[in-house]
Amino acid sequence: MAIAIFLIFAALAVFCGLNVVLRRHPIASALWLIGVMVSLAVLYGLLGAHFLAAAQVIVYAGAIMVLFVMVIMLVNAAPERRSAASRMAQALGFPVLAGLLAALGYVAWRAAPRAVVVTARKGTAHDVGSALFTTYLLPFEIVSLLVLIAILGAVVLTYKEKH
Amino acid sequence: MNPYLLMALKAAVVLGALLVTLLYIQWVERKVIAHIQRRLGPYRVGPHGLLQPLADTLKLLLKEDLLPRHVNRILYLLAPFLAVTLALISIAVIPFGPEIEVAGVRTWMQLTDLNVGVLFVLAISSLTVYAVVLAGWSSNSKYPLLGGLRAAAQMVGYELPLGMAVAAPLLLSGTLSLREIVLSQETFHGWWPGWNILRLPFPQVIGFLVFMVAAFAETNRIPFDLPEAENELVAGFHTEYSSLKFASFFMAEYANMITICAMATVLFLGGWLPLWPVAYGSNYAPSALLALAGALLLYHGLPPAFRRDRLSLPAAGVAALAAAAVFLIPTVQNLAGPLFWFLAKTGSLLFVFIWVRGTLPRLRYDQLMRFTWTFLFPVGVLNLMATGLAVALGS
Repeated sequence: MAIAIFLIFAALAVFCGLNVVLRRHPIASALWLIGVMVSLAVLYGLLGAHFLAAAQVIVYAGAIMVLFVMVIMLVNAAPERRSAASRMAQALGFPVLAGLLAALGYVAWRAAPRAVVVTARKGTAHDVGSALFTTYLLPFEIVSLLVLIAILGAVVLTYKEKH
Repeated sequence: MNPYLLMALKAAVVLGALLVTLLYIQWVERKVIAHIQRRLGPYRVGPHGLLQPLADTLKLLLKEDLLPRHVNRILYLLAPFLAVTLALISIAVIPFGPEIEVAGVRTWMQLTDLNVGVLFVLAISSLTVYAVVLAGWSSNSKYPLLGGLRAAAQMVGYELPLGMAVAAPLLLSGTLSLREIVLSQETFHGWWPGWNILRLPFPQVIGFLVFMVAAFAETNRIPFDLPEAENELVAGFHTEYSSLKFASFFMAEYANMITICAMATVLFLGGWLPLWPVAYGSNYAPSALLALAGALLLYHGLPPAFRRDRLSLPAAGVAALAAAAVFLIPTVQNLAGPLFWFLAKTGSLLFVFIWVRGTLPRLRYDQLMRFTWTFLFPVGVLNLMATGLAVALGS
């Protein structure tokens, strides 16, 4: 049962991800990205990380992507036009892609026999909270500082000086 | 009993009750607003217009289903479907009552209990904005687009104070499961109930008010119904929708209202728990209230002020008295008592929603945005910090 759900939603995530890249209209791409987020949330939930699953939907699908979609609507972005790819992309694109896939496949193949089944009880709100505020306190605080800097930057950019 | 069968049965009962409520809350709203404005409201179809919702549904079903030519077809059709689906999902985690035993089968009066139930409801409600935004954008027309954009900004802005208000009672209860949140409010201090809104060390009165104000904005209700302000935007995001697709948005709005009132009941008002202990006779409250209602109906119905009420008022009065008598049976008290309290609290909050609609004018858009960012959100944060401090010092 779990395997079936995993396969369905993993395939869905890949399918949505491909559509994000292949769709021409920005709104369509953004919507497919929401599909990726929600499929990933289901996979988190399947691993027993219910808190992460809910947070994934609330933060990414519910907050960040809403802003994306809203900005795309505000600037009324038109579907993008396909241009003839640059010469470098034509020459290097497929070899680099093949190399990347080969590297990924190699790593997955090496890791596969040793892969352990991740058990539940590692992703509850309590576990995430205690990990954030004990083991990973410093990175957590640094990230919050980073976000604060980004907010200040946004305020500076939009602030109009009175002439 | 087969657990799958039991589950299906419970789901059918809950869905049926929810749909009937959705039909009749519109009748209640029209009646209440009519009486606020000294009108009678629906009166023609059935006694006191009781069959009006069915007539309205039939009308919407039979109307021509227009598909404008200039819309983005897939998203245009997806939006109302998304609205209804998301609005009906959240009810699955709301607990209506304690564990009960019917004909030897023990079961909770709740469809399923997630250990992150609160976050599940928040996640679903954060997705509902897409229905509105997509409807506005895919209609490919000016007013719907403006409505959709307003909805996006408004719902993101009010989600923050809502989240802050939700977090504070979670600190008092110490769990994210909706069932356990209710159970944590069970203890009485003498007469004083343990509901989160009244609970020491930091009663959540401010949190409750912030939650309710944000709830009005999240459900796009007056005074925050800017996305569909009819004197500015025709009908806002659903201007281009007709027939059943329009009805879906309508239904979703009321379903969201019910969900958010149920959430307020569970988080702040102690869910299915009575206001005072059973030892002081809280089991007899339903009987007393119903008997009072019956007596009032009979007082006004015999003889009635209007001739048209000569049958309906006495009949309703006798029915209320009969229900009061049924609630005197101990088995009924044990089974339906908690449900009565839950419905009474949720119903009162729904009444407040309708009452406010009949009373307050609509805000201007800049007032709406300034209110959440400069007042409601800071108040929510302060309330959360004060609660955290009180809980830390108290433990």
